[in-house]
Amino acid sequence: MDFRSSDTITGPRTEDVLPTTATAAVKVVIVGGFGVGKTTMVGSVSEIRPLTTEETMTQAGVGVDDNAGVETKTATTVAMDFGRISLSEELILYLFGTPGQERFWFLWNGLFEGALGAVVLIDTRRLEVSFDVIGRLEERGVPFVVAVNTFPDAPHHPVEALRRALDLPDEVPMIDCDARMRASSRDVLMTLMRYLHSLAVPLA
Amino acid sequence: MSGPRRERRKADPEFLDPERLYVITGDLDDSERAALDLVTMVVAQAEPSPTFQPEQAAILRLCQAPLSVAEISAYLSLPFSVVTSLLSDLLATELIESRAPIVRATLPDRSLLEAVMHGLQKL
Ligand SMILES: Nc1nc2c(ncn2[C@@H]2O[C@H](COP(=O)(O)OP(=O)(O)OP(=O)(O)O)[C@@H](O)[C@H]2O)c(=O)[nH]1
Ligand SMILES: [Mg+2]
Repeated sequence: MDFRSSDTITGPRTEDVLPTTATAAVKVVIVGGFGVGKTTMVGSVSEIRPLTTEETMTQAGVGVDDNAGVETKTATTVAMDFGRISLSEELILYLFGTPGQERFWFLWNGLFEGALGAVVLIDTRRLEVSFDVIGRLEERGVPFVVAVNTFPDAPHHPVEALRRALDLPDEVPMIDCDARMRASSRDVLMTLMRYLHSLAVPLA
Repeated sequence: MSGPRRERRKADPEFLDPERLYVITGDLDDSERAALDLVTMVVAQAEPSPTFQPEQAAILRLCQAPLSVAEISAYLSLPFSVVTSLLSDLLATELIESRAPIVRATLPDRSLLEAVMHGLQKL
């Protein structure tokens, strides 16, 4: 392992150091097909320059060849872009934007299970690149909202037509956004939180 | 609108036990893996000194203020499971303290979401 001497490690910039009161964290995952604007959205709302963490995933028990008795394992390095928003002195929101091959994101232990919810970014020119990821969220019961990223040459479809093409239940919020704009990305996160709030059980 | 159409999928009961399907490479046992999330917050309880391994000293230096496991992994350029393994040792010897994230499964009420919305509003 090539660990750099700890003198050469650059930690957070002075302005990025969290207060000692910052003890509660939540996370949201931003998903969608290749090139739909995930990294852009993380970067536009993050208070820190987006960072990357990685992990080696070994998928076991898939593609098991019963006849030969050989277990096929695939090892892949999965990198995750992430950003951070300090919501208060105590509460920090982390946003993970998942690049690369989407089937591997779902192997990351706790990434989706522990997230408050997910944002699915879609590009109306290539709706189908987000089909699989939406299905995987549904299978796992992860609540999500759909953000329609408005690329300049993208065809404009009424939201109800998109909802039908994506076969989304009426209650799943859909919102137009420009992932490059902080206010727009913030509104997408707000929409997700309002939706989660509507799903949450009021305290008895 | 023409073009491909998606078909809705049902919640799949097999994902109630997500650990069943996969393992993360590394020699952590289940309890350690479960204990440290990407956004577990870590704070050092000691000053780094030359007696520590370089990796441990680096973590103690980074975590003089709270930092998530993901950020530690990013700044050290070490994979998540390597970092959680180092952190487990530091936790066992009480050189760091950790605070688990608030996850969806344990969401008991709406006040947390209201706090998130309040924070986002100020952005
Ligand atoms: N017009 C417009 N362009 C955007 C928007 N969001 C992203 N882009 C551009 O689209 C390109 C791809 O954006 P990325 O954020 O890299 O997309 P990604 O989903 O992270 O891509 P991968 O990680 O490669 O899957 C970049 O050139 C962005 O500048 C948007 O809302 N509007
Ligand atoms: Mg990206």
